[in-house]
Parts: sequence; structure tokens; C-alpha cells
Amino acid sequence: MGDKKKLVIGVIGADVHAVGIQILDHAFEAAGFDVTNLGVMVSQEEFISAAVETAADGIMVSSLYGHGELDCRGLRDKCDEAGLKGILLYVGGNIVVGKQPFDQVEERFKKMGFDRVFGPGTAPEETIAALKKDFHIE
Amino acid sequence: MNPILLIDFGSTNTKVTAVDLDEEQLLGTAASDTTVKTDIGEGLEKAMAILEEQTGHLTYTARYGCSSAAGGLKMIASGLVPELTAEAARQAALGAGAKVMKVYSYELTEEDIEEIGQMKPDIFLLTGGTDGGNKDNILQNARMLAEMEETFPILIAGNRTVRRKCQKILEEAGKTASICENVMPRLGELNVEPAQTQIRELFLRQIIKAKGLSKASELISGIMMPTPGAVLKAMELLSKGTAHTKGLGDLVAIDVGGATTDVYSMSQGTPERANTVLKGLPEPFAKRTVEGDIGMRYSALGIVEAVGRESLCSLAELSESELMRLLKEITENPDRRPTTEELKRLDFALAAMAVKVGMTRHAGKVELTYTPMGETFVQAGKDLRQVERMVITGGSLIHTDKVRQIASYGLYNPAEPEGLKPRQVEVLVDKAYILSAMGLLGEYEPDIALNIMKKELISHGTAK
Repeated sequence: MGDKKKLVIGVIGADVHAVGIQILDHAFEAAGFDVTNLGVMVSQEEFISAAVETAADGIMVSSLYGHGELDCRGLRDKCDEAGLKGILLYVGGNIVVGKQPFDQVEERFKKMGFDRVFGPGTAPEETIAALKKDFHIE
Repeated sequence: MNPILLIDFGSTNTKVTAVDLDEEQLLGTAASDTTVKTDIGEGLEKAMAILEEQTGHLTYTARYGCSSAAGGLKMIASGLVPELTAEAARQAALGAGAKVMKVYSYELTEEDIEEIGQMKPDIFLLTGGTDGGNKDNILQNARMLAEMEETFPILIAGNRTVRRKCQKILEEAGKTASICENVMPRLGELNVEPAQTQIRELFLRQIIKAKGLSKASELISGIMMPTPGAVLKAMELLSKGTAHTKGLGDLVAIDVGGATTDVYSMSQGTPERANTVLKGLPEPFAKRTVEGDIGMRYSALGIVEAVGRESLCSLAELSESELMRLLKEITENPDRRPTTEELKRLDFALAAMAVKVGMTRHAGKVELTYTPMGETFVQAGKDLRQVERMVITGGSLIHTDKVRQIASYGLYNPAEPEGLKPRQVEVLVDKAYILSAMGLLGEYEPDIALNIMKKELISHGTAK
């Protein structure tokens, strides 16, 4: 526990892709984070409740079935409402339907309040490097 | 012969049970009024005199007691998020055998503090935050509780990082505060046993005295636990068995009283199907729920509210006006026994519906959802469909002749497939009314308690 940064991770919405989130769980733990893995089919409320109880520093949202945009809407507002002001929000996976230019997708999710957006095929190392940067970890 | 005495100080009756440890058998049971207002020993002496008529004079080598007298063990709990630590705190208190008056979440307000002062719990369970998680909430709540005028023991079972700090805040304000392990050390991980052990200890050390039961503790040699806690222990023993004797495996138990209905399940309750996603807090293997609005007398109207007049009318074969007249009669005279034909029919209907509502609320639920990847089942709570035994206890059920039919109302109903209640069970009736006594005995002689239960719980066949 101690000074480790705390992350809440999970697959949002009606998405049951169970494998990737386990890989992320192990990768984040190995990189020195304290991970609370909520598994699949996680609602916005569950992400927030878990972050409140664990006093998490970041919420990592995964979505692989293309409906991420609908599922993620309003998450930042709800975080603010629940007293999680300024919590780090990442989203990654196949977050939209079809092949859309990634920069447009990224822009839309950033507008929703996500600090970082990752496209399909992102390696865990890339996300970990971003986390370390955002948390100012050496 | 090596006789010992087990005593249950109930809210209205004091029950005594004599057991011979050498022969591993029940010697007799008896009951008399509970006399908590004058001297609790009086009622006990009377009950023992009645018992002696059956057993002859016995010199007991030990006397153990449990109690739900003087309102039982009244608790209030607080946590952070309602579905997480607040729910874990509720589970901990219920499993310890407490009557949970209220559960608060998030920060306690001044109004809450006033309300808590008025309700005067016997123990307050303060939780919030996982270990290393949120600290602010539990600290703030400790500060609020510290400002209260009323004093009652406060048990701190929250985030370990600030447990001591909370204790200090409370002790400096002159409160009694003790600490124990977090009820939810990691998110979604339930850890209720340490809190329950402490709750029982507090009950023993402080509550018994405060309730005028200390006379009783002089009369007996060991542990006073809350009666529902003793029943839970008995059911756990019956289910799990001991190192020497096999238990019966997964089971449910139901106790329909005059004011409340208690339901117990001993089962992991993990999903039956593979494509099921489990949601919500995991539940303890030994789970207890209490329906405060469901009972045969004081809470008979709660049953009407829960299931509607129509279903009661058709089950009891009564017209609506007859139903309402009889309900008025029994709620105004809670001691009323079912002496007439129509009252018997009403009691049958009330018991059946109490069992139905109690089991439905206790069991888990499953929901079929359609995801882009196909059908998925989402389960919350325990799947009890494969549980094969149901224990029936409580004065209002153990003496009826239709106990198997009543039990069947607590089973899985294909018309309501979301309720994960047992499909088919062997109905075991606690005819001699000894479960709390066996829970007590099980603390000292688990094998003997288990063997006696196996003998004394009478099978009434299979309900489906």
C-alpha cells in the first residue's frame, strides 16, 4: 500500500471482454501501482464508488465492443459530483464503432473529460509510461 | 450422566434446555416468562422448576446462556459508499446477531447525530474506506460522534491507516472506542468475522450489565451471545460439520416470529452457469437477513403490504372484510393463538407469505441481459438453487401441521425465474426448539451439538 498510486480499472458498459483487463491488472501491478480490478460489465457508478472507497488516484476505463462513447458520457461530471475532482481518467480499447480517424475520436473523448485516450492495440507499456508521467513518478 | 443447562433469555420467554453430554442427548426443554424488569433470575428459576418436573433433579456441570431480552442487541452502523463499506458493516452487524436499527453512509450530519442519540444503540459500528483508501470520511464521522452527549461503545472497523486516530478522537471526548480489522480491507472483499468477534465481546462485557442481565451472567458459567448469533452458529455447525462429523452441506433456515422474520443461508452461492457475471458485494458463507416488516403478529400488516390483500385472501380462503377483521384482531392481541378454523387458515397464509417474502429478499437475483456479444446473466447475491435443505424454526412454524406446504412457498418459482431460491429441499423442523441452545453448546462441544441437532431436527419430507 503505502505511497503506491491507486488505480481503479474495469471494462465499462455491457462489455464482457474479460481477458485484456486481467493483462492490464498484472501489468499495472508489476509497474508498481495498487490496482482495484472491477472486471467486466462495470457501470459508471461502480467505477466511482470504488474510487471513492479506495481513494483512487486514477480510473482506467476499458472498452472493446464499440459502444464506449455512449458508456463513457457523463463520467467526468459524475466524478466531480462524487467529490473525485481532478481524478485522472483514461480510456482505451476499441472505443468507437468502425474505422474512424483516431485524432477525431481522441478529441471527442477528451471533450468528455478524459485525460488520455488510447486506441486499439496500445501496449500496456505505453499506458504505464503515460501514468508515470502524469503522476510525476520517476 | 453429565448434564448441562442452556438458557435463552428471549424478549418474552426464557427457554431452558437440558442436555446430557455423556449420552449426547436432549433431556428436556421448558419455558417461562422473561422477568427482565424485576430480576431476570426469577423467570429462569420458574423455567427450571418446570424443566425439573420432566427431568427430575439435576446437578448441572455448566450453564451457558444467550439473550435477546431487553430489545436484543441494537446496533447502528456507518460506512462510506452505501453498496460497499456501509453494506459490509450491515452484514457484520447482522451476522453478529444484532438488530440493525439503521445504516448510514457518507458523512454523518448534525441531524444524523441527533437521530443516533435518540435511537441509543447498544453498539455503534464505525467503518469507511478500504485499507489505505479513503480516510476523510471515517475521521469526520468519528469527530461527529465525539461531539455526542450520549455514550455507547463504538467499534471502529474501517481504513486501518486512520483507525487509531479515530479511536483517539473518540476517547479524548470520553467515549468508549475499540478497534478491529476493516470490514472491507480491499474493495469487494468482505471481512466480517473480526468485527463480529468484537461485537460479541462488547455485548458480553458491557451490554449485559447495562441491560440488567448481569444477574443472569452470575447464574451461568459462560458466554452470553445474542440469540440470533447463536442460531447462526448452530446453522453453520450443522452445515459445515466438525473435524470428526460430517455436516449436512448447504442449507437455508427460516425463523418467522411475531415481529420479524430471520433468514439464514449457509452456502457460497456462486453462479450455476458459466456465462454469469457476478455483481455487487460478495456475501458471507453464513449469511443472515432480518425482515423487520414481516411477522405473524406485530408485523402481520407488513405482510399484507408486501404481497397484497388478494393473495392472502385466496390462500386463507377468506373474504377481504374477514381478512381485515382478523388482521386487526391479531395485531391488537399479539398473544392470540390460532384457536378457530379461520384463524388457522389466516396463520397458514401469513406464514406461507412470510416465508416467501423472507426467502425472496434473502436470495440472490439473476437478470438476463443482451449484450452485443449475446446473452449474459448478471447475478447479484447468492444463487441458492442447489441448496437441498431448509430448516424451519420459531414458535409460529414448528407446531403447525402444514409446515411442508409453508416451506414450499420459500422455493424457486419458475414464474419468477430471477429469484435464486432453492429448487427442492428436505424440510427439517426444529420441533424441540433447540437451535439457539445448540449454537451455544457448539461453542464448547461442537460434535455433541451437531449429533443432537441431527437427531432432533425432524424431517417433514421434500418440498418442491
